Amino acid sequence: MLPLATFAQQLILATEETTGGHSGIEPGITSGALVEWAWLIVVVPLVATFLILFFGKKLPMKGWELAVGSIGFVGVYGTILFILNATEGILYEGHLEVAKMGDFIIEWGWMVDGLSIMMYFLVGVVGTLVFVYAKSYMDGDIRFTWFFVSFSLFAGGMLVLVSAPNFLQLIVGWELVGVSSYLLIGHYWEDFENVDAGNKAFMVNKVADAALFIGAIIMAVSVGSFSFNDIIDVVMHGEAGPLSQFGFWAGLAVFIGAMGKSAQFPLHVWLPDAMAGPTPVSALMHAATMVTAGVYLLGRLFPFYLDVGGMFGGDVRNIIIVIGGLTLFLMGLVAIVQDDIKKVLAYSTVSQLGYMVAAMGAGAYTAGLFHLFTHAFFKALLFLGAGSLIHAVHSNDMSDMGGLRKKMPATFWTFILGTLALVAVFPFAGFFSKDEILASIKYAGGSGQDVANSILILGLLGSFITAFYMVRVIALTFFGEYKGAAHPHESPKLMTYPLIVLAFFAVTAGWVNIPGVYTGFTEWVATRVPLVGMGDHHAEGFDWPVVLVSSGLVLVGVVIAWMIYNKDAETNAARDWFRIPVLWPLLENKYFIDDLYMSGVVRPVMGPIASTVLWFDMNVVDGIVNGAGAAGKVLSKGVLVIDDNVVDGVFNASGAVTGASGSVLRRSFTGRVQQYAAFGFVGVIVIVVLFVII
Amino acid sequence: MTLIQFLIVATALFSFGLYGVITRKNAVLVLASVELMLAAVNINLVAFDVYLDDPLNSGQIFTLFTIALAAAEVGIGIAIILMIYRNRQSADVDDLDLMKG
Repeated sequence: MLPLATFAQQLILATEETTGGHSGIEPGITSGALVEWAWLIVVVPLVATFLILFFGKKLPMKGWELAVGSIGFVGVYGTILFILNATEGILYEGHLEVAKMGDFIIEWGWMVDGLSIMMYFLVGVVGTLVFVYAKSYMDGDIRFTWFFVSFSLFAGGMLVLVSAPNFLQLIVGWELVGVSSYLLIGHYWEDFENVDAGNKAFMVNKVADAALFIGAIIMAVSVGSFSFNDIIDVVMHGEAGPLSQFGFWAGLAVFIGAMGKSAQFPLHVWLPDAMAGPTPVSALMHAATMVTAGVYLLGRLFPFYLDVGGMFGGDVRNIIIVIGGLTLFLMGLVAIVQDDIKKVLAYSTVSQLGYMVAAMGAGAYTAGLFHLFTHAFFKALLFLGAGSLIHAVHSNDMSDMGGLRKKMPATFWTFILGTLALVAVFPFAGFFSKDEILASIKYAGGSGQDVANSILILGLLGSFITAFYMVRVIALTFFGEYKGAAHPHESPKLMTYPLIVLAFFAVTAGWVNIPGVYTGFTEWVATRVPLVGMGDHHAEGFDWPVVLVSSGLVLVGVVIAWMIYNKDAETNAARDWFRIPVLWPLLENKYFIDDLYMSGVVRPVMGPIASTVLWFDMNVVDGIVNGAGAAGKVLSKGVLVIDDNVVDGVFNASGAVTGASGSVLRRSFTGRVQQYAAFGFVGVIVIVVLFVII
Repeated sequence: MTLIQFLIVATALFSFGLYGVITRKNAVLVLASVELMLAAVNINLVAFDVYLDDPLNSGQIFTLFTIALAAAEVGIGIAIILMIYRNRQSADVDDLDLMKG
């Protein structure tokens, strides 16, 4: 623990000299019960998972109380840590040796630093609200208890992931999140589509995970340790060695792993399909857990990618920013044409994750994490709002909604606040975080990362697209005439109260990092990773051209979308005009990427593999099994002969010999005690005589 | 008085005891004969203790143990014989041939 603290402090001091402060506060808390017992954050939800699994059905609320209690504990602990980190700064790393093989030690640990604390806070607070909401949403579900088993495991897995001080534990959490997301997406497994969606999510993630393993192994082997500290230590010292030799490939492989979890183009295909799960799952998955894991990992390894000396993963950053830029733009466009309200939000999430990843690619650590932080609140809010709508009209399709403004006022107003935050309207949360990302990308473009200039244009256009699809959603669901069949009514309080709390955060979460006014967030997350050199750009004030262009585009997007989807509700003329040939079908089919994967990867791989495996099974495996059976039969016959003759013969012979000798010897046993005594005495005399003679 | 005289007495006692153990039919007398043999051993122990001038007198102390053990042995032996007599109306060792092979 201590070497890490001093190491970080030295780095912080060093960077303050070069960048003139703003790089992190010295951690005030580096020990004590509060951080030493922080492992409870990870353990409590996992223990709750097992308790719900075994005893959940016997409890009065069928296990929900355990689930919400454990996540509520994380929320409270996370909030305490978050506040203390904001006021005093926390830096701690706990260790527990699990296994030791020679010099190689496998450790279980828990990080308590700015980055992890932010994630504890997000998972805990958003998780608690979503769990409360889910009680009402899942009411009457046939697998209610099982749902909360998976849900607790989902949150617990994410906490294992974000508390990990080394790659091994991170991968454990990574896979726990993967498997529980599979369970949750396929929760309604009676429909085969949902099972397919779960499989798809699992498979796509597995492809990315393979890359993550490769990257982790390269890094660990070249550094000699799985610990993030050791990896970052090597990077910070900037020494040429095995890691610098393979730096690019290791960085790329780890980034591909992050692309899978954070749903970056072209590995985004699983996330929209993941909407098959219950809405609370979507809310948690898109806000605090799962999709944030990739961005979190990029943040955890940020010095490696920032790579001041240009020896490690610096070149990967250009790839990262391009992937992020493409994702935010292309997936935002797809969101415009979706009819399923959850799919719109799903593509919106992919697009916003593109912003975060692009920020990481531009070397803007704070900006990327800041957007992750604000996005978690307003996206959870939007998903829970959408869930409230779906709960009311019993349909995901926006063509079954409309005019719900009056019937569901609480949902409507919170949804509006979430939308304002998402489309980045001043002074809502998304405004500050998205503006910081765009300013950082511009700064990166201005300081040598040429590709960033093009990404900046995509990012600005993304503002327009975001405004457009969100206004479209609002116009189609809350305004106009009601088109559905069910009788909508406001959701129960257990569902609307979480919405209101989240709406509060959606409005205020951005105020923790206002350029030129208050930049606390920068310091909260920066205690762990000192921000050196280019990239992590903290403007003293707003970058006004960016702000004005971005806000102007948002305004244009709002107006156009409003005109098309609300004013023109009766005639549909403008909407029809908007269906541009080629482009519209392209978007509706999601750029044919799913079809491409299906016909290009899944079927060619699945068909031959399936038939080969079948042939192999029928001929080789069955042959081996049958052959083994036949050989066994022959062998056993031979063994029977040997057994009957040789083995039995030996035993019978030994028995016969014993019996015969017994019948001879029994004659000496007369039963007369005195005779025995006489024999004994004679024996003693013989022994004595022998002693005397010899 | 020399050592040899004690040894002659002890050997005689032991021989009488052995003879009694092997030839007597009555189990009580067999037990009494065993006591004779023990007495012979005790005489040997005391005689050698004096002869070797043992500063710890371990031979005499050992004899005390033997006497105590012999008393216990007689107690248990008589009890067993009593039980045998009650069950079989006989204390003749020749009748006790249940262990005959």
